[in-house]
Amino acid sequence: MIQQIDYSVIAVPLVLALVAGLVLMLDAFLPSGGRTRTGLGLVSLAGVVVALGFVVAQAVRGDGARATFCVPESLATAAGPGSEPACSFVVDRFTLIFAGLVLVAGVVVVLMSMTQLAGGGIPAGEWYFLLLCTLVGAVTLPASRDLIMLVVALELVSLPVFALTALKRYDGRSSEAAVKLFLVSVVSTAVMLFGVSLLYGIAGTVYLSRLAAVFSGKAPAPGVGAPETYSSLLVAAHGLPGVVTVGLVLVVAGFAFKIAVVPFHAWAADVYQGAPIPVAALLSVISKAAGFAGLILVLVTALPGQASTWSPIIAVVAALTMTVGNLLAMRQRSAVRLLAWSSVAQSGYILAPLAVTAQTGAMAAAPGLTVGAGAAGAAGAAGAAGAAGVAGAVGASVAYLVIYAAMNLGAFAVVMLMSRTTARNELDDYRGLAFRSPVAAIALAFCLICLAGLPPGLAGLFAKVVVFRQIVEGGAGWLAVVMAVNTVIGLYYYVFWTARLFTPAEPVPAGVRRALPAAWVAVGIAVVAALLFSVAPQLVLGMTSLSASG
Amino acid sequence: MTGWLPVALLAVPLLGALLLLVSPTVLRPWLRVYGLVVSGVALVLAVVMVATFDYGQAARPQFAIDREWIPGLGIHFHLAVDGISLPLIALTALLTFLCFVYLSWGDARGPGQLLRPRAGGARPRALVFTLLVLEVGMIGTFLALDLLLFFVFFEIVLIPMYFLIAIWGGKGRRGASIKFILYTLLGSVVMLLGLLLVWARTGTLDIVALGQAHGAGMPRAVQILAFVAIGVGLAVKTPMWPLHTWLPDAHTEAPTVGSVLLAGVLLKMGTYGFARIAIPVLPEGAAAVAPWLGAFAVVGIVYGALACLAQRDLKRMIAYSSVGHMGFVLLGFATLTTVGVNGALFANVAHGLITGLLFFLAGAIKERYGTADMRALGGGMLATLPHLGSVLTFAAIASLGVPGLAGFWGEMLSLFGAFQPAAGLPRGLFLTFMVIGGLGAVLTAAYFLVMLSRVTHGRPERAQAIPAVARSGASGVGGWPSDGSASPDSERSGWAGESPDSERAAWPGESPDSEQAAWAGEPPDSERVTGTIEGGAGGRVLRDIQGYEFAAWVPLIVLILLFGLWPKLLLSLTTPAVQTLLGALS
Repeated sequence: MIQQIDYSVIAVPLVLALVAGLVLMLDAFLPSGGRTRTGLGLVSLAGVVVALGFVVAQAVRGDGARATFCVPESLATAAGPGSEPACSFVVDRFTLIFAGLVLVAGVVVVLMSMTQLAGGGIPAGEWYFLLLCTLVGAVTLPASRDLIMLVVALELVSLPVFALTALKRYDGRSSEAAVKLFLVSVVSTAVMLFGVSLLYGIAGTVYLSRLAAVFSGKAPAPGVGAPETYSSLLVAAHGLPGVVTVGLVLVVAGFAFKIAVVPFHAWAADVYQGAPIPVAALLSVISKAAGFAGLILVLVTALPGQASTWSPIIAVVAALTMTVGNLLAMRQRSAVRLLAWSSVAQSGYILAPLAVTAQTGAMAAAPGLTVGAGAAGAAGAAGAAGAAGVAGAVGASVAYLVIYAAMNLGAFAVVMLMSRTTARNELDDYRGLAFRSPVAAIALAFCLICLAGLPPGLAGLFAKVVVFRQIVEGGAGWLAVVMAVNTVIGLYYYVFWTARLFTPAEPVPAGVRRALPAAWVAVGIAVVAALLFSVAPQLVLGMTSLSASG
Repeated sequence: MTGWLPVALLAVPLLGALLLLVSPTVLRPWLRVYGLVVSGVALVLAVVMVATFDYGQAARPQFAIDREWIPGLGIHFHLAVDGISLPLIALTALLTFLCFVYLSWGDARGPGQLLRPRAGGARPRALVFTLLVLEVGMIGTFLALDLLLFFVFFEIVLIPMYFLIAIWGGKGRRGASIKFILYTLLGSVVMLLGLLLVWARTGTLDIVALGQAHGAGMPRAVQILAFVAIGVGLAVKTPMWPLHTWLPDAHTEAPTVGSVLLAGVLLKMGTYGFARIAIPVLPEGAAAVAPWLGAFAVVGIVYGALACLAQRDLKRMIAYSSVGHMGFVLLGFATLTTVGVNGALFANVAHGLITGLLFFLAGAIKERYGTADMRALGGGMLATLPHLGSVLTFAAIASLGVPGLAGFWGEMLSLFGAFQPAAGLPRGLFLTFMVIGGLGAVLTAAYFLVMLSRVTHGRPERAQAIPAVARSGASGVGGWPSDGSASPDSERSGWAGESPDSERAAWPGESPDSEQAAWAGEPPDSERVTGTIEGGAGGRVLRDIQGYEFAAWVPLIVLILLFGLWPKLLLSLTTPAVQTLLGALS
């Protein structure tokens, strides 16, 4: 039989992969030099923009989800335990939002790279090739709908990144960061693969839709014998054996490494600091977005039936992540390290809404038990309310992620600019930036205030409001309080840094290198996006409100 | 129809600030006039609003504009004005304008001229920008009728105020500004949680609809929780007694205009929130928490007064006096009666005027003497700087609540409200509050009189020669013995001899206009050499009130007198609105 492939559906990763190959070829055949470096950057940029064009075209065409790499009809009944369609690659709103986010961030990162590479010392062809490979993985991951594809896509995101980190050759920090990232990445992959194998062993399928059916008790689990054969001590929800819980925890842990949440966060600061700044930006936005996409897919699409198991874990992890990230960020003196810990803390905020999906479901299922259930609907609407709660939670997470990406990239882009003039890039180097480079200072101040969630950085405020609302509605009051306290801790260091920008300082010694216009364009794109989200957060909220994939 | 007015009130300062950002070089020579003009336009708009407001329907939100802003969150851009917010908007526009007057009109050598370029970088453009953004936030807070919009404006204020303290502040500005922003942010976040709780339970953010619902759909427990959360956020800003500790530092370190706006407007945002959101939206929660609120308020009154007695720094003392006065405001709210809430709102506006004036004066003194330490100032200001001393005396007695001046009515009505609190509140407890509050009022009088005896009266110890005293004393405010040779005792006895009524009678006669006229007669640059000082000021020549200072202060003096003599002006405006918002309780 022949697998039918809908090439329009996979156009986005295809374009990126082709351009990646093209870049490598061009690098091999063109003479090395500054012009070639710029040319390769422009080719990569064009590739990302074309891919973005495909995303926009797919979004404009609308008409629901389109899938490819499906199990053919003839095999569907024989192979799968459920009657659900089983496809590996699906393009729906969820996919498109993540792909759009990743590609716009990709444009910014490519622009930052052009500035980074202009100094020489880093091979341009390899750099752009690896960067585009990462992007391929990052746009494939949110479209993946089976476990194998998820793991492969995630590895495609991760593997090039530590090569990128190490490309700053003859730099001790950079090599250390690369080794650290490599070890973390490999360990997390191993852990996740083990978890995946357990889940596959129980359910007998790798397709997320069929996993969902098995783990919510709608379909029999082929890997499980009669209930008497396993101990009743560790029974997961829906009468499944405890090994399901183990598999779930291992998969979550694997993703937790990738998105650097507590207790798997320790690598973040060293790696961010050691890596070239565009790579740090990539790690904090693209890699993180991909990790969250995978986590959301696994938890919400494949394991909604086990929400009672994973949502408390996520809640505790979210609370710990934001607290630890913020506390560590307070003590930092280096700009990149501060941003690293702040991005860990922000991961906590992104995770938080996911933690209440089960609570919303539970509240809908048993309105009599919850305090003040006056707002909860009648029992008849319980199921619908639960589904709406899950959709809302995912929407809140994705909305926060999108807004976070814009503001964090803005901050990184300005830090990139600064790194051209100061070697150490410490917070003290930012003293008086407002007088030396007012535009950069105002851009950075705006992004930091957005990250802090203060007006006039309304984007960050509304992102936090969306998350707060979700948590409060979900009934996880304690998490809301933890988040509130953390927001204040976060304010301290963001505002502290912002204030430094405006405090007068001694004149900087001469020998200032001018940054290339590319970095300014990167700053511009990120800040304009953050401004746009501030004035009209509806753009993001409207996009993400329906983004919960079924 | 008339919805453009509130939008314009926000747009004018906002566009003014943005213009400053866009074209920094073009406006540089016009900077001092620029801020004055922009805030003047805002003031004119506020005056138009006051003039066209339909006083027959003061309870109804007027000049309303209601547009959907963020449909995904249900946030509306809903602005309107009613009897409660109108005076505060006018006050904000006025105080901002007066701050610009203060900053713009003086000559370069005058005190407090931050808009003048000078060594060390006064950074005038940033100052104008900051003040204009601050004005947007302050006016927006009083206009907003959407919970989250209110919160946004409430927060917008923080950043310019932070920079105002952190950049143009005094020696301890760094610590003070960080304390200020962390404290208020913590409060704001807790308030945001409360607002979201209300939102989650009722499904709407519209303050008008929520107020009309009178807490329907929210069980008592939720209301109490939400009230406490929102109340904590507002109480930090107000500030209420145990949460006030940021205030003295912030006030002491802030530049004069910062202190004036902080005391005159920012504190009002907290109390306004009680009147606008906490009490009408959560009536059951308010009723449950009211005795606690009253208790904290009364503690604040007494604590503020006692703390004032212990202060040596003039600015710090006035800052602590704010804690006491805000205690009266909170006590008025806690009674949940029309009388009490009316009194609270009145005291709110009166405090804005009086304390605004007091901080102007404290700033003027600090910049002249180089210190605001009362002992270092020595006595006899009425002799050395007769005009300044007179205005300080006036402001102090207005603040201590002498009948006939604006400070009196609010506190009286608050205490009167506590005499007969709303049904359901323990009357005995509130009677106790009333008695303690009354004692607090006595203590308030005590510390202001102590301050006056230390600063304005007595023999000018530090002044060596007082050549021009006779001349300036003659043209200055009459009624006080302004001769430096008068002994402290005779002055004080003269003071005690004058009853408050005669005081009041004396003041209108000595109308501020005539003072101003007297001023206008003299060239503004004329140096009023009224005394030289040695020691701290290094023998610098002290100058009495300058023209720009008078221009900034006279409107406040006039309004203090006006509201003191004719309180109905304000009360008739707030009464219908208060009756509406207390609908569920009374």
